Amino acid sequence: MANLNTEFLGIKSPNPFWLASAPPTDKEYNVVRAFEAGWGGVVWKTVGEDPHVVNVYGPRYSALLNGDRRVIGFNNIELISDRPLQTNLDEIKRVKRAWPDRAMIVSIMVPCEEDSWKKILPRVEDTGCDGIELNFGCPHGMSERGMGASVGQVPEYVEMVARWCKTYTRLPVIVKLTPNITDVRHPARAAKNGGADAVSLINTINSIMGVDLGTMTMVPSVGKQGSHGGYCGTAVKPIALNMVAEIARDMQTAGLPISGIGGISTWRDAAEFIAMGCGTVQVCTAAMVYGFRIIEDLCDGLSNFMDEQGYASVEDMVGRALPSITGWSNLNMNHIEKAVINQDSCIQCGRCHVVCEDTSHQAITATKDGKRHFEINEAECVGCNLCVSICPVPNTITMRTLKPGEIDLRSGKPVPGEYANWTVHPNNPMSSTCAAATV
Amino acid sequence: MQIDSSTPGVHPARLPRAHYEQNFCDSHAALNLAQARIEADRCYYCFEAPCQTACPTGIDIPGFIRRIADDNIRGSAHAILSANPLGGMCARVCPTEVLCEQACVRNAGEEKPVEIGLLQRYATDRFFEMPGAPLFTRAAPTGRKVAVVGAGPAGLACAHGLARLGHAVVLLDANPKPGGLNEYGLATYKTTNGFAQKEVDWLLSIGGIEVRNNTRLGVDVQLDVLVREYDAVFLGLGLAGVNAIGIEEPKAAGLRNAVEFIAELRQARAYAEVPVGRNVVVVGGGMTAVDAAVQSKKLGAETVTMVYRRGAAEMSASGYEQDWAQKNGVHVRHWATPKALLAKNGRITGIEFGYTRADGGSLVETGERFTLDADVVMKAIGQNFVAQPLGSALELRQGRIVTDDEGRTSNAKVWAGGDCRLGGRDLTVEAVEHGKVAARSIHEALGA
Repeated sequence: MANLNTEFLGIKSPNPFWLASAPPTDKEYNVVRAFEAGWGGVVWKTVGEDPHVVNVYGPRYSALLNGDRRVIGFNNIELISDRPLQTNLDEIKRVKRAWPDRAMIVSIMVPCEEDSWKKILPRVEDTGCDGIELNFGCPHGMSERGMGASVGQVPEYVEMVARWCKTYTRLPVIVKLTPNITDVRHPARAAKNGGADAVSLINTINSIMGVDLGTMTMVPSVGKQGSHGGYCGTAVKPIALNMVAEIARDMQTAGLPISGIGGISTWRDAAEFIAMGCGTVQVCTAAMVYGFRIIEDLCDGLSNFMDEQGYASVEDMVGRALPSITGWSNLNMNHIEKAVINQDSCIQCGRCHVVCEDTSHQAITATKDGKRHFEINEAECVGCNLCVSICPVPNTITMRTLKPGEIDLRSGKPVPGEYANWTVHPNNPMSSTCAAATV
Repeated sequence: MQIDSSTPGVHPARLPRAHYEQNFCDSHAALNLAQARIEADRCYYCFEAPCQTACPTGIDIPGFIRRIADDNIRGSAHAILSANPLGGMCARVCPTEVLCEQACVRNAGEEKPVEIGLLQRYATDRFFEMPGAPLFTRAAPTGRKVAVVGAGPAGLACAHGLARLGHAVVLLDANPKPGGLNEYGLATYKTTNGFAQKEVDWLLSIGGIEVRNNTRLGVDVQLDVLVREYDAVFLGLGLAGVNAIGIEEPKAAGLRNAVEFIAELRQARAYAEVPVGRNVVVVGGGMTAVDAAVQSKKLGAETVTMVYRRGAAEMSASGYEQDWAQKNGVHVRHWATPKALLAKNGRITGIEFGYTRADGGSLVETGERFTLDADVVMKAIGQNFVAQPLGSALELRQGRIVTDDEGRTSNAKVWAGGDCRLGGRDLTVEAVEHGKVAARSIHEALGA
């Protein structure tokens, strides 16, 4: 039985699954239910200074759905905790005492002034929690007040506040990063320079869900008007994965512990984030769509996977996929793939043909000997993987890698055996002057 | 003489060999990967899911379906088999249309429930293809010994539950092979390729269960001896008796019990070796009647008629099963009761029925009669519990063993479950639940 126990910044939890700072971690009632269900830890919904903020009373959320009404993406305009600070602190203390083996992180957002942080940190520390997370990510509501993402987008502020926190608390400090930024490495480096112990990312992405065309009103809207919100859920996972990987690979932040957030719904998603360098993962949307019980499936799936693959602990898996990431100019131009259509399982819908014909390289037939037939023409196929991506039948279109020496019908030449990338390509004007590309 | 469906009398090999393969392959094709993914995606992952509540063994259905979607087959199989160690067989034979699938919330909007039975089969089939490390292990030996009489679903489930808890089990069965009705009573098209035995083998692989076949209670072992020599006894005896049809039965070839025919077919080396009549009449309206009737047709009988004394709504065969019978060319006649069996030269030639109707609550005859030609008449009006091997040891009511919710009988050391027990629905899945609950009850009683 795989060991899911995790230690992140010295904080122990029985599994790497934490709930992210969000509506599911709003109150004692929610958090206790989460712990009863089996979650390894929570990041308490962001607390702030009194008087507390207020939220709109409908709606706060909306979703992007597929045809069978499955949630692909989710959007929220909810703010930080709308309850008095002391109420939150009392509950946090009580819950931590009742659940000592679970990770309790408190998310904090206060004005960008040293005094504000100096005042709140001891009060949070006194709850007995395991660590704090600095919310520099809210893209709505708080950024207009000089907090949230408006801090997260300015590396100097990130570093400054991180340093204050390290000065005024002995608790581990996690800086939560906003994705609404050009290069996430800058605030990550700033967090590290300020002494932060870890970063967590991503927070939500600026979004508008749609337009109600009947009323010509944005969706969601409160009455007749709406405001952009934070996007999350399955749709944002690739964005989050990339940002996590960038930070994990950056020389300045490599080795900095990361807690991964962004569309984690299944054990497989979690394993992927861990493979990209995360020591723990945080979930929100999936819990809001299905309820806390998903923790059973998350743990069971991850545990079976680890047993099957021989990973004794979560730590064994952290960052395992990072060496596979490189800059584009380092990719092997002599690696040639072609698509292959399995005629036994092909249902002849013809989508592969029409998308290749319209939008790619016209490498798939529609007929053969006068009959409806879909086959790859390797003389045109560039191995783009579009057909593989859109084919509705599992394992019907696959890619094959040409062997060294095999003739590539597209170029008419044999596939070279040796590795060669863009940096040495004759078309590259820089090729005579650079050796290996920097990332 | 060339034998075919129209040849009078009772003969094997009425069909070309290849037809048998086709007729007796899986009645419901298993899901492939693509279908399983689409179907798993349809599950809404309900709170306190109605399907789970409807399942007699309380399988975590949303959980196992989600794990199929998550590519966690081992986890899916574990969710199923920990609640129901015969979950593989149940997936094939359970009347899901009146249990979990009937409760599925997707019936409301689309009249199409999630295909829970087929998904359960998908998960267990995939798991059994590559089981990997054992799913269940035995707890430390408790030093206690339990005798389980009857290696059908109730007894197997009880034995497995006890073994998991560390008790030693001796599993006795009158037949040459374990499995009970799963092995001897189910229609072949419901479970092919020796699945019943494979499932039993997997279940027994937990260890600690000693199987003794060809051992009959009341003949080879006595109940009072078992009670003396073991710390507890579980009885999963099933229904060994067949109800008589209530009219004079001539000593003639061609008159038989439907369950015997079904067992003979299940154990036959080849379908072509099993004799079947040209005209077959099955008296009865339950699943046994349907299985006997449909399989007679699949063996090549020219006409097969099922006759039930009341109407379609009163038949204990589900609507689904009745459709299945008709789809397979069985004529189903209602509101008729057997009056006389006709025989000539020691062979059955026909059976006479009297029309019936409902008069208030009772069934009355109208006075009109009809006769059906028959080379074979099968009795399928229900089985009954044969209490004789128990002597007078246990309290019975309505011919079955009286127990409490945990399966405890009137004897403090004896538990009972499955069809032999009073008050159940005579379902495989319910027998499993009885066995499971009894194992836990025995464990608590033994104070181990």
